[in-house]
Amino acid sequence: MNSIPDFVRILPEILLVVTGVLVMLTDASLGKSAARKPLGWLAVVGTLAALIASLWLVTVPAGTAYFDTVKSDTFSAFFHIVICGVVLAALLLSIDAIPESSQHLGEYFALFLFGASGMCLMTSAVELLVVFLGLEISSISTYILAGYRKSPTSSESAIKYFLLGSFATAFFLYGVAMVFGATGTTNLAGIAAKLAATHTPILALLALGLMLIGLGFKVSAAPFQAWTPDVYEGAPSPVVALMSTAPKAAAFAVLLRITYGAFPSLHGTWQPLLMGMSVLSMTIGNLAALRQKNVKRMLAYSSIAHAGYLLAAFATFSSDGIAAAIFYTATYAAMNVGIFLIVSKAAGYDDRGALIENFRGFIYRAPLLGTVLIIFLASLIGIPFTAGFVGKFYIFEVAIKSGAIWLGLVGLLNSGIAAYYYLRLAVSALTTPATAEEAAPMEQGGIALRLALLITMASVLVLGIVPQRALNAAKNAALTIQQ
Amino acid sequence: MVLNEYILTLLLTVPLVGSFVVWLLPEKGKIIQTVTLLVTLATFVLTLHLPAHFDSAQHGFQFEQNLPWIQSLGISYHLGVDGLSMWLVVLTGVLAPIGVLASWNVIQKRERQFYALFLVQQTAMIGVFISLDLILYYGFWELSLIPMAVLIALHGNKHGGKAALKFFTYTFIPSAPLLVAILWLYGKTGTFDYETLRTAIATQTFSNCSLWWVALAFLFAFAVKVPVFPLHGWLADTFEEAPTAMAMVVAGKLGLYSMLRFHIGLFPIQAQAVAPWVVALAVIGLLYGACLALVQRDMKRLLAYSTVSHLSFCTLGLYSFAIVAADGGVYQILNHGISGAAIFVLMGLLYERYRSYEISHYGGLAAKLPWLATFFVITSLSLVGLPMLNGFIGEFLVLSGSFPAHPRWVAAATVGVILSAAYMLWLVQRIFYGKENEKLPGAPDLGLREHLILWPLAALMLVMGIATHLWLPTIHSANETLYRATSAGTLPGDGGVR
Repeated sequence: MNSIPDFVRILPEILLVVTGVLVMLTDASLGKSAARKPLGWLAVVGTLAALIASLWLVTVPAGTAYFDTVKSDTFSAFFHIVICGVVLAALLLSIDAIPESSQHLGEYFALFLFGASGMCLMTSAVELLVVFLGLEISSISTYILAGYRKSPTSSESAIKYFLLGSFATAFFLYGVAMVFGATGTTNLAGIAAKLAATHTPILALLALGLMLIGLGFKVSAAPFQAWTPDVYEGAPSPVVALMSTAPKAAAFAVLLRITYGAFPSLHGTWQPLLMGMSVLSMTIGNLAALRQKNVKRMLAYSSIAHAGYLLAAFATFSSDGIAAAIFYTATYAAMNVGIFLIVSKAAGYDDRGALIENFRGFIYRAPLLGTVLIIFLASLIGIPFTAGFVGKFYIFEVAIKSGAIWLGLVGLLNSGIAAYYYLRLAVSALTTPATAEEAAPMEQGGIALRLALLITMASVLVLGIVPQRALNAAKNAALTIQQ
Repeated sequence: MVLNEYILTLLLTVPLVGSFVVWLLPEKGKIIQTVTLLVTLATFVLTLHLPAHFDSAQHGFQFEQNLPWIQSLGISYHLGVDGLSMWLVVLTGVLAPIGVLASWNVIQKRERQFYALFLVQQTAMIGVFISLDLILYYGFWELSLIPMAVLIALHGNKHGGKAALKFFTYTFIPSAPLLVAILWLYGKTGTFDYETLRTAIATQTFSNCSLWWVALAFLFAFAVKVPVFPLHGWLADTFEEAPTAMAMVVAGKLGLYSMLRFHIGLFPIQAQAVAPWVVALAVIGLLYGACLALVQRDMKRLLAYSTVSHLSFCTLGLYSFAIVAADGGVYQILNHGISGAAIFVLMGLLYERYRSYEISHYGGLAAKLPWLATFFVITSLSLVGLPMLNGFIGEFLVLSGSFPAHPRWVAAATVGVILSAAYMLWLVQRIFYGKENEKLPGAPDLGLREHLILWPLAALMLVMGIATHLWLPTIHSANETLYRATSAGTLPGDGGVR
């Protein structure tokens, strides 16, 4: 049909997996006492290559490959870029944060890359079994990574994440099976065609429900959010930076593809469900975040709230709604990874300084990191001229334009509540240090951390001040899944 | 003239670029202060370009600049000023160098942060006054919160963090309904542009009730910012904790301007309908603020409540829906900018010398500090509304303009004027006259820097009290446009101001 070879469609995934294997092989061939940090840089190079490949894929005409199971289009390219960007920043953070003495450093970096390939695959899959494949690759890697730090909390986090995560995946898989029973196919376009042709079988509704539950777990939307705070609190911060953003972005991509691509005829059913989840997530996430003393837990609840904002974009059954959701994933990824860079550095690898009160006088200890922290917090609050504002603005504009004024109001009032707890952290960082220990200057990170900060900071400001190109990209991407 | 096209952009960029420069400077000697002073002076000179080239014969906005910004969301970079915003921009320009001079010795820690944020605040405030795109406006409106909140947290005394949180949440939460309202308008009209919206609202038919809610959301957000009674809860704490310079540049102006431009200007019918309520709240606030000011023991808190009282006076003027009263209200915003800044500075000077804001700590200072006492008395008289000084003009216009519409409320407001004389003069008496406090250490009278701060302010008080024709015609013509769609536009009696 077309002259583009199939492997080009999954070039980023291939690059990630090959680098991952390369990292493992090099790790095995190195002596016991050899420094393993350079493996991290190897992983960075591989991710960078995948990022460049994804950027290049934007220019390749859209099309499917491997018997219509994966599709590369502007939609998948957009998410590939976001995911690779997140992985890049999280890898750089790991290089900075993880002590050289840690064991299995090679596996750690390899798992990062394998996980990334799974997430990327999820965003380009148009066949439910391939979606599932990607989901499993990404989840299993992150389960292991969550338990990487040898401590009871980290292990607890990994086990919780694993148990609830596989539970959720099982829900998803049941959904897939039922869809197949209802329509005789697992291809998204095929499902849509079949459902449009006949009246909706009850089995399809059940399948949709099960898949929404499974994906709801993955994006930590209420009422499936309960695992989030414990897992984030226990897992090492660089891993949290990854798993609070990249797998969620991928799961949102799947959610968009499934709802808009496979079940558009059932939008009367899923729209109110997702709106309800949106309101619940925003409200529960923000109210619970108000009471947290631990910054990582607070950010976990805030990530639930952000998933809620994102789901609000589903309120409209329109390509504008999709575009707003896509754009928000990018803004959320940039600012959330950014804030974890700082929190990881400030709290230390063992999280001994992860309480809000530990941040007192932070800007005095680390002027550079402190200033950047304030800017990321401003973006999370949604202050104009930062990415967070444009993202929220777009979502609520779409929601209000579609007539869901109450949803816009709830969302914006929620961002008022959210401002309070973000600000509490900011105020703590700005307060004059009380003891000499609090005032003692700290080391502000090496080249790896600075690079990661540069990437996230630049994204937050570019998306906030000159977002036109990214908005166009999101709009183009939205058009491709609604065909 | 080429500069006319870019002057507004220049006004936004000069302080912003200045803030980056200040951020990079070393904290050595007075380098940061000097550079900030130069930046603010340059901005001030640039603001003077506006009245110099303003065409007062022309209605509508001037020095306009309109470029697309985020096209796919319909947001444009639209700037422009009229006779109303022009003077507020100039006022912001005047106050900035004075603020820097007033902070010269007071701010001794984190100087770089303070001055850099001070300049960001400058950009944000000018941005609020000159934005004609609702989202751009909203952007600057929100941006203006950040430097203030951060500086309260950084420089507050004991409860800085708490006051910063209070200030931020108080003013951030009402802006959520504001944004919803703006987005709703966009959904119905497809534009964020101020002038297009104005015509659209006047001509398009909406379901009646919804426009009411939208107008209320606007009013609510602005009323908190002014603050209008009973939404003033944040003000006293903020004034107590905020650095003098920040409090004096921020107070009042943003909220009142926004009320006039975006509430009365966009929703004349709805605004006029709620006006009696706003007038009532304004008069209550005026009396309430004045009564509380009477019983304060702390100068800064006294000032905070007197500010509530004075700003309520401006609100009364704007919502009387008589153009004369509105002119007075706007004039009073400018007056309060000048005299309020002066009184802030003077209290700061007392604090620098004696380390206390307790009124009872002072007494009989007039003999020791004649210059300071003189300026304090002049400023107090201006705030009280003595004829020949600026306060009188504003108060007179407001009272006489609004009397026909609301005789009872205005009569009550007059009591407030008397009360304001009572607490101000009593304050002067307790600080500068009466029995001298023996325990007060000796302190020098005004130095050169302090003279440099106070002379221009005092001169402005006098000039604004006499040469009203410099200001009022442009304000009046801007108000005529703003109140065009209301019954005030046709009321007899306007034009008397000229």
